[in-house]
Amino acid sequence: MLYFSKLRIISVIIFTIIFSYFALSNFTKLDDRFFSKNINLGLDLQGGSYLLLEIDNRPVITQRLQAKIIELKRYFKEKEISLKNFSLNGDTITFEAQKQDLEQVSKLLNDKESDINQYYQSYKSHEFDVIENNNLFNLNYSRYGLVLLKNASLDQAIEIVRRRVDEVGTNEPNILKRSNDRILVELPGLDDPNRIKSLLGKTANLTFQFISQNSEESFGTEKLSFEDDDREAIVSKRIILSGDNLVDAKPTMNSQTNETVVSFSLDRVGAKKFGKATSTGVGKQLAIILDGKIISAPTVREPIVGGSGQISGNFTFQSATDLALLLRSGALPAPLNIIEERTVGPDLGQDSIDAGILSLIIGFLLVIIFMIYKYRAFGLIANLALITNLFLLIGILTLFEATLTLPGIAGIILTVGMAVDANVLIFERIKEETKSEKNPIIAFDAGYTKSRTTILDANITTLIAAFILFFMGSGPVKGFSVTLGVGILTTLFSVYFIARLLTSLYVVKNKEKEQLL
Amino acid sequence: MNNISFNKFYRKFNILSLILIITSLIFLIIKGLNYGVDFKGGTLIELRTNDKTNNITMIRDSFNQMNLGDVSVKKFGNETDFIVKFEKQNSNDPEFIKNIQNKLSSSIGDVDFRRVENVGPKVSSELLKSGIIAISLSLAAMLLYIWIRFEWQFSLGAILAIFHDVIITLGIFSIFSLEINLSIVAAVLTIVGYSMNDTVVIFDRVRENLRKYSDTKIYELTNISINETLSRTIITSVTTLLALLSIYLFGGEILKGFSLAMILGVIFGTYSSIYIANPVLVALNVSQRTIVKEEKD
Repeated sequence: MLYFSKLRIISVIIFTIIFSYFALSNFTKLDDRFFSKNINLGLDLQGGSYLLLEIDNRPVITQRLQAKIIELKRYFKEKEISLKNFSLNGDTITFEAQKQDLEQVSKLLNDKESDINQYYQSYKSHEFDVIENNNLFNLNYSRYGLVLLKNASLDQAIEIVRRRVDEVGTNEPNILKRSNDRILVELPGLDDPNRIKSLLGKTANLTFQFISQNSEESFGTEKLSFEDDDREAIVSKRIILSGDNLVDAKPTMNSQTNETVVSFSLDRVGAKKFGKATSTGVGKQLAIILDGKIISAPTVREPIVGGSGQISGNFTFQSATDLALLLRSGALPAPLNIIEERTVGPDLGQDSIDAGILSLIIGFLLVIIFMIYKYRAFGLIANLALITNLFLLIGILTLFEATLTLPGIAGIILTVGMAVDANVLIFERIKEETKSEKNPIIAFDAGYTKSRTTILDANITTLIAAFILFFMGSGPVKGFSVTLGVGILTTLFSVYFIARLLTSLYVVKNKEKEQLL
Repeated sequence: MNNISFNKFYRKFNILSLILIITSLIFLIIKGLNYGVDFKGGTLIELRTNDKTNNITMIRDSFNQMNLGDVSVKKFGNETDFIVKFEKQNSNDPEFIKNIQNKLSSSIGDVDFRRVENVGPKVSSELLKSGIIAISLSLAAMLLYIWIRFEWQFSLGAILAIFHDVIITLGIFSIFSLEINLSIVAAVLTIVGYSMNDTVVIFDRVRENLRKYSDTKIYELTNISINETLSRTIITSVTTLLALLSIYLFGGEILKGFSLAMILGVIFGTYSSIYIANPVLVALNVSQRTIVKEEKD
């Protein structure tokens, strides 16, 4: 029946007012104590950078496998089993066992409680897959072992990324895990992503190693090139000190040479190591190596025991600041590659907002004019429902602090166009009903009842599309699915509560008139 | 009420649709789709020059000197705005974009990079895969929904109508080499929803009329149902098109492809609900028995 209880009317009005208030709070500064929610603007609207980073775990895997070889050697030596020909081929550890030990070795490798299988005790599966081939053993990371390794290195990397991004000081960065080897970094309002990109692109592995004097070092040597030019130097593989021992680093001005340097201070262990190494190495050249490139190689003139020092190397103030930042935030466990970047400048974002709002207003006006032309008084009712619908939609997006993107604005405009559909279905049905039913109240009621399943069917199909988009889409497209989906819900509310209430009031008041619709 | 003999043209329009679908398929198979960087990988730069004398040729020449692979340059809205796309994307070099900007400044003067999209090959193939999955999933979901709500003859009609709309829309994108990116996938999914919506409205009426008139042939019945729902079909299409037209004209360059796909989808969706979905019911000879039998089960 076209009857609404007072309670229902009041709750609809209150509901509408609350959400309209939410919606309006985006545009005017309302009392902040009361309410401080806003729609988030997506990166495409406010400008900013979206970076998807992928960890290259290969170095970590190699490192771990090398450590595993040492562990295995030690373990079997203790058990007095001699193994030989340990080698690392790609991601596979290979070694040989003697015939009589085969069974024993195999048993130990698969033993769930032995010291080399500590992984099993905590995760109930083996870290390595063992393949036996005559007297040859092949060890590969198992699927689970790899997952754990990747997760651990991702956790570590995400922490370092967060520190670096925080140090640069952008507002409200968003740093999230994606699968087990990716990190999503969203940097709203950033006008120059280049600096952050180069900061995130560096592993920042700092080591101090002596330049080799004689070619026969006990630790072996490696040939490294300089950062600035093509010079090369032979460097001892013995690491005197690494970035792990740094507690602070900052750019400073060296008062004697008048050049910008990075001064650092070391923790207790580091200070001790550094002191010892520099006192034995007076006169030698100490190479300061970052990510496999020599930054500089000053000659040690006196032992450095105070636990602090300076790195020089043709820095500008900016590059010294960045190096200090990298050293403070620590080294990444593995290199990061930027596999996807989307950057929108702030002025394009503003242009998009302007264009979006302009097209919303025009689309809205066109629909409103068309509806009044088509349905007169009922067009007005449908339009009132449409306006409320818009307020509700924006209000709900605000309440949940949803992210509004450019496709999201398109979703709102599309909702405006499609929202009138439900009212049109009802009005057309009522028109049909009035042909056979003379009592307008009964005809209106029948119109509403008979069109209900159609309206539900029609809207559920669009809702399904929106749901799938929400779960499959990313970024801006997700914003579209949100406004489209929420738009359907607010449409149904505005049609069945607002428009229906207004129609019934109108019909009851004008029931004597001929041809209401 | 309207009384247009839609059913007289079932055959003619079915032949037209068949031609359109075959043409679209031929283009889709031979020419393929013009994938944007989202799905192909590579780099997109939207740039604005400060110097009005810069033209496409100058910009293309300066990009060509940088060894970036295949470069395409297009005007984008304003006189001073251009979209540059090239194959190369360099994830290992964080200075990649900066270097391009520096080189460009020295060759054609100051340029402002308004938007940069850089998508690696791994990500682009994943995006393409998830786009295809999303569209297939939505078709499957629609099929399931309409299967639950209606009899199978109706489901077949609705699904054929959706396939018709999606194939022709993509066909037009192929013929005119319009770019397919993430927002086009969103548009296609919305088209699927809209086309379904439109078909369901007519089908609901067909079913209602099947119950009401027991001895009217389905050929006539579909025509009655189309006519009864015609003004709703027109009004809703018009309001939706008005909204979309407004996005197309005033919503900025970025939304152009999206709104165009939607406009095509709405037009074909409206057409197919009448001329694809209904003839299927006729061909399958749906009668009162079809729905009564189902309801007894």
